Amino acid sequence: MPTTPYVDSGVVSDASASATSGTEPRTDEPTERTDQQGNRISRADVAHLARLARLAVSDDELDMFAGQLDVILGAVARVADVAADDSVPPTSHAVPMTNVYRADEVRPSLPRDAVLAGAPAVEDDKFRVPRILTEGE
Amino acid sequence: MSELLNKTAAQLAELIATGEVAAVEVTRAHLERITESDGAVHAFLHVDFEGALEAAKAVDERRASGALLGPLEGVPLAMKDVVVTKGLPTTAGSKMLEGWKPPYDARITTRIKDAGIVMLGKTNMDEFAMGSSTENSAYGPTHNPWDLTRIPGGSSGGSSAAVAAYQAPLAIGTDTGGSIRQPAAVTGIVGHKPTYGGVSRYGLIAFSSSLDQAGPFGRTVLDTALLHEAIAGYDPADSTSINAPVPPVVQAAREGAASGSLAGVRVGVVTELRGDGYQPGVLASFESAVETLRALGAEIVEVSCPNFDYALAAYYLIAPSECSSNLARFDSVRYGLRVGDDGVNSLEDVMSLTRAAGFGAEVKRRIIIGTYALSSGYYDAYYGQAQKVRTLISRDFAAAFEKADVLISPSTPVVAFGIGEVVDPITMYRNDLCTLPASLAGTPAISVPCGLSEGLPVGLQIMAPALADDRCYRVAAAFESVVGPLLTGVQELSS
Repeated sequence: MPTTPYVDSGVVSDASASATSGTEPRTDEPTERTDQQGNRISRADVAHLARLARLAVSDDELDMFAGQLDVILGAVARVADVAADDSVPPTSHAVPMTNVYRADEVRPSLPRDAVLAGAPAVEDDKFRVPRILTEGE
Repeated sequence: MSELLNKTAAQLAELIATGEVAAVEVTRAHLERITESDGAVHAFLHVDFEGALEAAKAVDERRASGALLGPLEGVPLAMKDVVVTKGLPTTAGSKMLEGWKPPYDARITTRIKDAGIVMLGKTNMDEFAMGSSTENSAYGPTHNPWDLTRIPGGSSGGSSAAVAAYQAPLAIGTDTGGSIRQPAAVTGIVGHKPTYGGVSRYGLIAFSSSLDQAGPFGRTVLDTALLHEAIAGYDPADSTSINAPVPPVVQAAREGAASGSLAGVRVGVVTELRGDGYQPGVLASFESAVETLRALGAEIVEVSCPNFDYALAAYYLIAPSECSSNLARFDSVRYGLRVGDDGVNSLEDVMSLTRAAGFGAEVKRRIIIGTYALSSGYYDAYYGQAQKVRTLISRDFAAAFEKADVLISPSTPVVAFGIGEVVDPITMYRNDLCTLPASLAGTPAISVPCGLSEGLPVGLQIMAPALADDRCYRVAAAFESVVGPLLTGVQELSS
């Protein structure tokens, strides 16, 4: 479906993958990745990240965000100062739980009309979306 | 009218249950108060006049039919607009969801309806609950009833302002990094963040799923506990919901107030949560609260939680990371805004244009930070490391709770600041300094008013171990029994 096969050259997270629907053609790397100290974020980085997150950004926003994000990342980089070696397990949830399943029971779902009522565009009882294929695909 | 407004939720429930006052009368009084005051306060994004009066009428009918009414039946409530309400506009403070009417009720909404609590409307908030001032709402800021030129805290600032302005005796907020406790503190009311998993997240529009937790606001500790009990409890629809009995918070609030004693209770003062960056007036009020607790018989101990110093950094990695994932659902397909669908633009273009138009600056900042922190090459250094810090903060709590039954700190480093006064994101984030550790550890914490600094409310934060929410209420109620609630009647609104 994507015009260029999606090659995960940089982003590994499920979060970003779900945000991008896996259709991001990665044609370029950011011109200035952050340095080893980890705090620089350039205008090009912001543009790249914004594209991954499906956010159209204006030139003014690029300028503003690049400056602000650099400061914010500088502040949060403090986590690196903590002596947390491999013996410290990560906490993803405050209350540890594993394998929480619900009963496999048939339950009524929301009525179709009620769900479609909130959609921005509907056609033939379905969500109508902009084109996802280009000519010849 | 103000006679009814000045009652506590507990008093109103009793008046309604005994038939001295009709629930419709109580609801009408609060709707009138909203009508006369919300032009100045702007606590509400949507007021459901018709639905509220109908719900109140149903309570009166139940009573007339001889039914025994519940502990908050007929009492009005303000609902944060991040909680979905079937058929009622729900925006989460964002243009992205302007005009959207959810097809289902959140579990909290269902519980509130089942309890006969009357929902007056939906309250303003920082967009998608990201902020500490409610200035990030796409629908304009909410004004602090103590001084209309100042912020009511955030992100649940509409809810805190509604309660402080006597528009509602109760409100629901959500707290991800302090969004119940900080607004409660700066508006002089009580607000509690339950143990993570104590209140169902089903139907909360998600910001940071491992931190989001809904909870109650009230003007008194008992009212807050009563609402807590109404909304808490296991819910199979939320896989992180805790399958355990609800802590006895109402009983604890009643006992704390009745005994007026904290004999045998060890109260830990957290070294790291005061000092630099805290206003002198806030610290003075806090010190006086410590003396009050001591006078109540509590044993005061000093505890150190060195990793709390890293809470801010860890939080502002974890929350944006989860936000960048959660907000991916706003893709212009199933609900909400769609921009640029001209038949030429691709789906990707439409998504990007929609999200650019629908999200405000703070939401965009956090999405970009989160996307960055989750990127390959940075994941371990940022998100992974932040999750380790979270473990260390939980260990600090565990060690501190060996020495103390509850921990205390100021709820916020500063009192309510002026609307528009704080523009720098980092300065804004520092509002959460005191509240972040309990968020990251998933432990319960309450903010209870402890005095004024330069005429503005200061909050005392009381933290307890997971599932020991009742300790927060017990200590808060004993404290309140001596110092009294800060708000004791409708105040004139002024700048």
